[in-house]
Amino acid sequence: MTRDLTGRYLGLDVRCCLIASSSPLTASLDGVRRLEDHGIGAVVLPSLVEADIDRDLGEVEALALAGAGSPEVCGGFLPGPAHGPGAMERILELAGRAASALDVPVVASVHAYSDGGWSDLAQCLEQAGAAAIELNLYEAALDPGEAGKAVEARVLSTVRRVRAAVSIPLAVKLSPFYSNLGHMALAIQDAGADGLSLFNRPHLADIDLVRLRLRTCVALSRRGEMGLPMLWIAALHGRTKASLAATTGVESADDVIRYLLAGSDTVMTASALLRHGPEYTAVLVAGMKNWLDARGFSSVGDIRGRLAHAAATVAERGFGAALGSECWSASAVGRDDTGA
Amino acid sequence: MSRRVALDGNGAVAHVAYRTNEVCAIYPITPASPMAELADQWSAQGVENVFGQVPQVQELQSEGGAAGTLHGALQGGALTTTFTASQGLLLMIPNMYKIAGELTATVFHVAARSVATQALSIFGDHSDVMAARATGFAILAAGSVQEAHDLALVAQAATLESRVPFLHCFDGFRTSHEVNVVELLSDEQIRGMIEPDLVRAHRRRALSPEHPVVRGTAHNPDTFFQAREAASPFYAAAPGVVAAVMDRFAGCTGRRYGLFDFSGAMDAERVVVLIGSGAETARQTAAWLCGRGERVGVLQVRLYRPFSAAHFLAALPESVRAVAVLDRTKEPGAPGEPLYLDVVTALAEAVADGRRETMPAVIGGRYGLSSKEFTPAMVKAVFDELAAPAPRRGFTVGIDDDVSHTSLVVSPGFRLEPDGEYRAQFFGLGSDGTVGANKNSVKIVAEHGDSYAQGYFVYDSHKSGAQTVSHLRFAPSPIRAPYLVESAHFVACHQFQFLGRVDVLRWAAPGATFLLNSPYPAAKVWPYLPQSVRRRIVELGLDLHVIDAARIAREHGLGPHVNTILQACFFALAGVMDSESAMVEIKAAIERSYRPKGGAVVRRNLAAVDAALSALVRVPVPDEAGPGRGDVALVPDHAPEFVRTFTAQLMAGRGDEIPVSRLPVDGSYPSGTAAWEKRNISESVPQWQPDLCIQCGQCSFVCPHAVIRARHLPERALDGAPDSFQSRPVTARGFPDVHFTLGFYVEDCTGCGLCVEVCPAHSPEAPETKALNMADKAPLLDDARANLAFFASLPVNDRSRVDFANVNGVQFLEPLFEFSGACGGCGETPYLRLISQLFGDRLQIANATGCSSIYGGNLPVTPWSRNHEGRGPAWSNSLFEDNAEFGLGFRIAADRQRALAESLLRGLAPEVGETLAGETLDASQVRESEIRAQRGRVAQLQDRLQALDGEAARDLLSVLDYLVHRSVWIVGGDGWAYDIGFGGLDHVLAQNADVNILVLDTEVYSNTGGQASKATPLGAIAKFAAAGKRTQRKDLALQAIAYGHVYVAQVSLGANPQQTLVALREAEAYRGPSLVLAYSPCIAHGFDLRFTARQQDLAVACGHWPLFRYNPAMNAVDRSPFLLDSPRPTLPFREYAYNELRYRQLAASRPEDAERLLGQAQTAIDAKYRLYERMAAGGAERVSVPSGAAAGDLP
Repeated sequence: MTRDLTGRYLGLDVRCCLIASSSPLTASLDGVRRLEDHGIGAVVLPSLVEADIDRDLGEVEALALAGAGSPEVCGGFLPGPAHGPGAMERILELAGRAASALDVPVVASVHAYSDGGWSDLAQCLEQAGAAAIELNLYEAALDPGEAGKAVEARVLSTVRRVRAAVSIPLAVKLSPFYSNLGHMALAIQDAGADGLSLFNRPHLADIDLVRLRLRTCVALSRRGEMGLPMLWIAALHGRTKASLAATTGVESADDVIRYLLAGSDTVMTASALLRHGPEYTAVLVAGMKNWLDARGFSSVGDIRGRLAHAAATVAERGFGAALGSECWSASAVGRDDTGA
Repeated sequence: MSRRVALDGNGAVAHVAYRTNEVCAIYPITPASPMAELADQWSAQGVENVFGQVPQVQELQSEGGAAGTLHGALQGGALTTTFTASQGLLLMIPNMYKIAGELTATVFHVAARSVATQALSIFGDHSDVMAARATGFAILAAGSVQEAHDLALVAQAATLESRVPFLHCFDGFRTSHEVNVVELLSDEQIRGMIEPDLVRAHRRRALSPEHPVVRGTAHNPDTFFQAREAASPFYAAAPGVVAAVMDRFAGCTGRRYGLFDFSGAMDAERVVVLIGSGAETARQTAAWLCGRGERVGVLQVRLYRPFSAAHFLAALPESVRAVAVLDRTKEPGAPGEPLYLDVVTALAEAVADGRRETMPAVIGGRYGLSSKEFTPAMVKAVFDELAAPAPRRGFTVGIDDDVSHTSLVVSPGFRLEPDGEYRAQFFGLGSDGTVGANKNSVKIVAEHGDSYAQGYFVYDSHKSGAQTVSHLRFAPSPIRAPYLVESAHFVACHQFQFLGRVDVLRWAAPGATFLLNSPYPAAKVWPYLPQSVRRRIVELGLDLHVIDAARIAREHGLGPHVNTILQACFFALAGVMDSESAMVEIKAAIERSYRPKGGAVVRRNLAAVDAALSALVRVPVPDEAGPGRGDVALVPDHAPEFVRTFTAQLMAGRGDEIPVSRLPVDGSYPSGTAAWEKRNISESVPQWQPDLCIQCGQCSFVCPHAVIRARHLPERALDGAPDSFQSRPVTARGFPDVHFTLGFYVEDCTGCGLCVEVCPAHSPEAPETKALNMADKAPLLDDARANLAFFASLPVNDRSRVDFANVNGVQFLEPLFEFSGACGGCGETPYLRLISQLFGDRLQIANATGCSSIYGGNLPVTPWSRNHEGRGPAWSNSLFEDNAEFGLGFRIAADRQRALAESLLRGLAPEVGETLAGETLDASQVRESEIRAQRGRVAQLQDRLQALDGEAARDLLSVLDYLVHRSVWIVGGDGWAYDIGFGGLDHVLAQNADVNILVLDTEVYSNTGGQASKATPLGAIAKFAAAGKRTQRKDLALQAIAYGHVYVAQVSLGANPQQTLVALREAEAYRGPSLVLAYSPCIAHGFDLRFTARQQDLAVACGHWPLFRYNPAMNAVDRSPFLLDSPRPTLPFREYAYNELRYRQLAASRPEDAERLLGQAQTAIDAKYRLYERMAAGGAERVSVPSGAAAGDLP
């Protein structure tokens, strides 16, 4: 029998509650098409990053000015206007083309550093045809002199500003590093967000022992990292009007199911698709159907949030309770009963 | 309806040419390139001509090729045009004779430029057009931007009607690059002037198998002459056709032109006749003189060929008693310049035939060669000369000819700039955007204010740290002043360091406003101004304002871009339009430029503009100059006399004042003068930490400007060193008591940072610190100067004891190519510096025109220098297209002279000593020690020969130097080697001559501004390939390898310095032709050249630029001649390509095309690499064409 995987995210209907989060796979029209062909419910494009735009601009201006002192060059070295295309044009172009080529919703992502940057870039993406905007609130608040309240105020101001600038649905992808994330989540919702993506993972510094240099690295997420987002999905399920998207650590269809059981409206993955290719979407979709089938559920709606309360109370019960849990003993001996 | 726009001459002409043609056959040449670039850009954008088609724009390999394609397209019935200048026009001449001989309608648009003679010049005069006057083309000359726009259409209409092809010319730079207000012809107006029947008639005359004819036959003596005369009626009719077209044009636009236009007193007695932009200046002067009751006039020649004596005579008042004909060209040895001769002939014939009563006195003179200024004062000098009892013939005006005494005396104070006009001058750097902002200001005023505006921009010839001077005029009526601002109401100095070096207040009018971008606040700035500047401010009563634009730019995140900040200050101070409206327009321009980049960038720029006005402060000027900073000496007192009296004048911007007698008569200049030009263009320079240094030599190896030098020295040589002088014991074993030191010519450093990037030595404690780090120059400068003086006093390391075989050793060799004006981070110059180190004292270079001939030989200074023995590279540039042949000539001459020397030496052996003679004749001269030994023998021979008497000894002395093996290098860029010079290069490779060809491959025409060559890679964009290059770059190496006897190497200094060194030495040692293709990153690639080594690495790693050597000499030892020096590609091409804007821009503008082309490029790379691997594995004989000339046959 057919299993209904449809859902709603940010007020948009999605044919499948599995969403491809931002990654190199969503960076080309061909990439997003392949994801759609294999059954994805929506795609999130790579972030339009304000700093990249600055870098492009600096580079293009430098090029335009490089020849400006030569009587033979004077108009710059490249044909056409001095301001050539860059990250901005690439992402806007992709957003426009993907929006018209795909049937599934195309969510555009923004990461800016200036107040105006957030809203301006979001507006550009809306005009380009994106179905929704995801604010990629990647922020490492590393200044010990800045109070948590100030950090939160800044985030909320950004959300309000973008909310005022665009009329399409707005998701906020945030980090877990707030003293009370639940409170913050509700505040973000009140500031105008239609959904939350949990969580952004910080790019960590690594140390190159040969060259004695720092390097930043982006590692694909692992199932072991699912605990934190799952906890907060569970904790927020039913307590916020905002849609909840779980993102981090999905490796198999079972992981998608886990997030749904914890209360997630949709589940996002980039790492699994990067590891196995876009066609792995079909494997995940089939796995979800099989699971529903095996348990006799007809739709994901039937399972969404079923274990939210339980999952949340595990954490609420406190440290000692967790120590006694089955999960601890299972992972302590390295047993994996999830059957990826 | 027409609309008012601000355009430069090239833009104004291209607008018409593009709209009235179906094919543009193009090739880049300054100052005409922008016309072709615009056409290519419009075609890529799909802009249609007035016939509703998108014209095809076809780049060729040379102007000769462009003319050939144009000729063919015309024979095919397509309306076809081209854009060119100077040598380019000369290369078209053979086809021009054919096109005219076949009565084919076309217009060549020419931005008239000097033809290279004793020197190349990119600037404007009529020597190119005059060289084409015998081709049978009609020549229609415009004198202003508007006129060039209009006459482009007149020429197009007239050629279709008359069938005579037209050369439409206007003055290079003065008109081609002047921005002025133009009434733009609408497409309807253009269409209205082009008769459809004539277009159809043009098509009907095309070759077609449907109605075949044979055209281009060969004639015998019986018919050629008559056939040549058969077309005469068309030439007789052409002036009438042009006049009629001009009438129609006047009816259509209200702008009236004549074949010859007279202006001035209708009873004029003295008349000046001339062509081009100078006529505007002459008219203005004549009007002023007429206003003072003088009977003078000006006759502007527009249709120069066919020269219609009837129209000329009709335009010249009968009252004329004396005529001065001004030619903007020189024809040495002729009785007069071309226009003069035509005028004399027309008048003499008229008088002889009785059509005119009296023969006026006619004198001819030259003016304005190579864009030399032509001012009202000069025109007045000509009118004054005409009033003299015996006016001089063959005069010059505008220079001080103290040799042949031809020059007219010009009154320096005579100026005619009108009262209602506002004039401004801006001194800036190319890199600070001053010119761009000023073009924008002209546009703002022209298109949004009520005023007219004009902009003209003067550049120096350096590619890094180039100075620019912008000359702007604003007036309520059209501005017709084709000369620089002579009296400025506003002077802006955008670079504080110019003060005292450049006389920025030279043209300031009394009471003028002086805007200074100053790091010092208003209250403190005065004593920091050089004495001469302070004095001038006081004398002229200038209104001084300062602003720290650099600080505002920094605070608003604009980096070094001070242009819009200073532009806002200009509008606030100048009042050329309502300041608020100007701010609105500046902001609108910012919005237009930056909006696509996001609001944050826009806001930062807008905020900086707003901040500008509040930071602009008036400086109270004291009554006296007072004490403070002295003036800067441009060159020290101990500089050579030529540098002090000639070069320094040029550096100070006073070259116009140098008299003829100070100029070399044959174009030969002393080498090594760049060392005297301390430009100090970078605020940051490398700082050495000797304790970290591993003495590897990488830094000096990559330095494009030879700023870093290494020496080893005995410890005792450190006596007397300044306290801050640094050295360390050499790290190599076996050299006790020997120290290593580096000298830094920080005042010549461009701050590119390449040295720091390649430095491999990191501090173990602080990994970000290297043995070289960029540091602020100012605090280091005094010590650096003292240390350098000591460094320069150290003995030069003995070449015969240096290990030439590795990079570490090469650092001790004196560079004989130093401090060129090349761009910071230039990818070409390290190769040139390297060959100068390796072979400099016996090096003779043939240099193709291009970047390397400009930074290598453009005055004021010469970077090719001499060693401590007085020897060094002998360098010359012939042309763009003939460089390989030119260098072959060097080789042939050197070989002949050497053969003569050897023959004479054999004969004189008994007298000079059999042993010495024999050793000299038999010497091997491959290794440096052998060369040094031969030099010793030659020196002995010289001593002995000088003691001998007789013809043979004197003859041998005259060719003795040739007994030291001469290293002939043929150097040029890819535009030369792959395109325009390829035929010659191929021919030279096909010989057995010992020449070394170094191709500095930037994959683009760098010097003319980045046009595509056949070396441009697939998928990259460039000018002339605005939609992306659609074909692979030519594999020149494989073509050369196919000969079998040519040494071929492909190198990349940044990726593998050692392989580069080995290849250059092998090439030089190989006694046949050698070809070295050297990968040379260029600013045209669109990445920060600081990372050039990394990008070269990637180019090699992805297989775009594989490294290899093909050495035919290996055949003799039975080894494979083909060595692949780089491993199989380890990266996708994309990872290299998308670091560069030239690829990324296509990815953004045409993503699908870019993706497809990238795929094709990757496939091609993979296939090419497989081929190279097969060659390396199996020997190149399997893929190269076996030739009769085996390598073993080589000398």
